[in-house]
Amino acid sequence: MNTFLSRLNTLFAFSISVVAAVTFACFLTTHFLDYTQDVEIEVKKAIVKNMEEFYVGEKHDLGHIRFSLKANMTPVFNWNCKELFLYLMAEYETPRNKINQVVLWDKIINRGENAVLDLKKVHAKYYFFDDGSDLRGKNITLSLHWNVIPNAGYLWRVKGRQDLGYTLPDSYAGSRV
Amino acid sequence: NIKMEMFDDFKRMNKRQVYYQVLNFGMIIASALMIWKGMMVATGSESPIVVVLSGSMEPAFYRGDLLFLGNDRSDPIRAGEIVVFKIEGRDIPIVHRVIKVHETHEGKIKFLTKGDNNEVDDRGLYKPGQLWVEKHHVVGRARGFVPYVGMVTIIMNDYPKLKYAVLGLLGLFVLLHRE
Repeated sequence: MNTFLSRLNTLFAFSISVVAAVTFACFLTTHFLDYTQDVEIEVKKAIVKNMEEFYVGEKHDLGHIRFSLKANMTPVFNWNCKELFLYLMAEYETPRNKINQVVLWDKIINRGENAVLDLKKVHAKYYFFDDGSDLRGKNITLSLHWNVIPNAGYLWRVKGRQDLGYTLPDSYAGSRV
Repeated sequence: NIKMEMFDDFKRMNKRQVYYQVLNFGMIIASALMIWKGMMVATGSESPIVVVLSGSMEPAFYRGDLLFLGNDRSDPIRAGEIVVFKIEGRDIPIVHRVIKVHETHEGKIKFLTKGDNNEVDDRGLYKPGQLWVEKHHVVGRARGFVPYVGMVTIIMNDYPKLKYAVLGLLGLFVLLHRE
């Protein structure tokens, strides 16, 4: 009975069970924590233009925003947080769409990296094209969200405690940016 | 030597025991199928568990990581989520993040995706002329994550002979082994 193979098999099965149990404990101990955090968003400059959207081949409104951002993400990290995916989102309503959500900027913070954000006058990373031409004078809400990537467990999506309402300029900017 | 022992077990069985073994084997297959289909009903996703096959979502997901999907119809798709979707003409579903959502007043949703590790959005990956991903493309939305576990299926798919060998041995073991 106690051959080398059967011992190896038992050892393997036992190791797998232990790893599975530890992984599950890791998930369970962090599942009921609060992942929200204070956020400070400020728009430094915003313009609206109307230009052809690449791929789409139609003229749409394009917003350009420079913003400042303050947040301390350190408390969000725990032993079951491998990475935080942060994104700044603009949300607004137009005659064409009830809900428009555009991610303007994102950042990955890996475990062990500096998780204190203090950005000043940053350009948006992605083009803020509207689905039509309805950005002039538009009230938009800017909010910071994060997606918690665990070692194993639930992929939380969390919204920052504060957001910012902002009205875009009501006329198109000239050709100079 | 081990093989012979296995067959010895089988030789000592009478007819009823053989039927029992075959039925037992059928039960295992049927339960596995029921669990999979049950998960489909519970999650609303046509494929409740997927294995990450590309590095386009690194450092969040690596090749071989396992994702649990949900697809709750009452909870609409929003920017920032990770969705799994199919593009016409491509066999393998894509796992990428939603970066833009437009929902009409009638509730029709279209969205744009991008891999965290990619420089540009996915319009180059879509079918030529396709600008948006829509609800009917969606296989599911990432809810849970377990690392490495999917490596087994990746290795099996890379070496089909190994897959058949393992499956064959497991099947043989269940059929011939007596409790």
